[in-house]
Amino acid sequence: MQELTTTRHNPQIDPFMQVWGWEIPVYLFLGGLVAGMMIISGYFIFSKRYKNTNCVTYTLPIISLLLLSLGMFSLFLDLEHKLYVWRLYTTFKISSPMSWGAWILILVYPVITANLLMDSPKFLADRFPQLDKIKNFIHERPVLIQNIGVGNMLLGGMLGVYTGVLLSTMGSRPLWNSSMLWVLFLISGLSTAAALVHMIAKDVDERELLAKADNGFLTIEIFVLALLLIGLLTSSSVHIEAAKLLISGAYAPAFWVFVVGMGVVIPLFIQLLAVNHKIKHTPIAPIMVIGGGLILRFIIVAAGQYSHYLNAHFK
Amino acid sequence: MARFGMAIDTKKCVGCMDCVVACKTENNVPEGHNRDWIVTVANGKFPNVNLEIQSQRCNHCDNTPCVACCPTGASHVHEVGAVVLVDHNMCIGCKACLASCPYDARFVHPDGYADKCTFCIHRVEEGKLPACVSVCPTHCMYFGDLDDANSEVSRLIASRKNHPLLPEAGTSPRIFYLI
Repeated sequence: MQELTTTRHNPQIDPFMQVWGWEIPVYLFLGGLVAGMMIISGYFIFSKRYKNTNCVTYTLPIISLLLLSLGMFSLFLDLEHKLYVWRLYTTFKISSPMSWGAWILILVYPVITANLLMDSPKFLADRFPQLDKIKNFIHERPVLIQNIGVGNMLLGGMLGVYTGVLLSTMGSRPLWNSSMLWVLFLISGLSTAAALVHMIAKDVDERELLAKADNGFLTIEIFVLALLLIGLLTSSSVHIEAAKLLISGAYAPAFWVFVVGMGVVIPLFIQLLAVNHKIKHTPIAPIMVIGGGLILRFIIVAAGQYSHYLNAHFK
Repeated sequence: MARFGMAIDTKKCVGCMDCVVACKTENNVPEGHNRDWIVTVANGKFPNVNLEIQSQRCNHCDNTPCVACCPTGASHVHEVGAVVLVDHNMCIGCKACLASCPYDARFVHPDGYADKCTFCIHRVEEGKLPACVSVCPTHCMYFGDLDDANSEVSRLIASRKNHPLLPEAGTSPRIFYLI
């Protein structure tokens, strides 16, 4: 038997770490969602679907900007020294994923804005007539449009990858310390984005395409989740204990019911029926996918903080 | 450049917490927070029981995940003794360093910055010992340069059986427990 007692009782640290509350999962979810929306929008531009005036690529930028700003506000709320937030932009630390993220976010805004300027929303175009000139300027230059598409896909990919790398570089938290985490967060971002865009797309062909794409993303997500758990289960004892948190531990009910069941398997089944024209497209499946993506971030952040070298030995 | 570290004799430590009180007094550590603490590890089954008392704190690791992940450079390795410090005026309180520490040695100071043991660098630079070392009534704590083979701490580590904490975490901690 081994028994450990400690006199330490630091807030947010003991008995187990909970330094990141709801703000970080919300930020990671919205970051992933916006990343997915940028990749989808970029793809629609790159594949010349933007020539259809109903194309959803004209609706996505304003939603992306709003959601990303909401996510960044959530991140800001998490900071303990809020007035010093500008310190993020006085340096670039190559070893710090958070520093990379801060600068990626700065680059993401102009790229989404370029997408927005391809056809500004009516409430903006009415107020600022110059936006029409910019729109014409862009549409006279097909190469520029292609670059906006590529830029959105590239920066969207970087944003989606970063949300996972932020956690996976922390060797102290065995559950996060997996090279599969960025793949999971990127693919989850793509599936939640496809689900959201599916609900707001006006064009029937686009809706069909997005439902099929979402089925692909959800199928990949099942394999990625399995590989994440297999990777942990075939690693050291602390990693095995971390995997057990999701498989059979305290976080297992929420993980299996809300993430795997309601977030992936059931919506995949519903959408497979929809794309095969057995049932009508409904918003039920996309809403489940989005909810599952949010709960996935909450569970990974909470269980990751709980997973620890000592907790693995002293249960 | 010196590389400060500690050796703590668990055969002498009685867990009196004088080191904890000295640290709180010296560094004005806020109420409810600790930069150092006492851990008691009981091994075995009666009557074959072994008890090890450890005075724990930031391990001032050679491989510093807390410094690597800090986005502003607030967490840094100090030029004197390679001690790991936090610049309070640069810390934004993102808590990445807290999450990256396998020893959970850091906490958020009520003023909003990450805080932890400094090896009392302000005292060391004046030629004094860290507060916890200087007050220990059993003289179980040794502080010095690990790169100096003739320092007391280096000789103890070389001559006595010892172990660091969580070596499997791969951070190369610089506090060694003599057993």
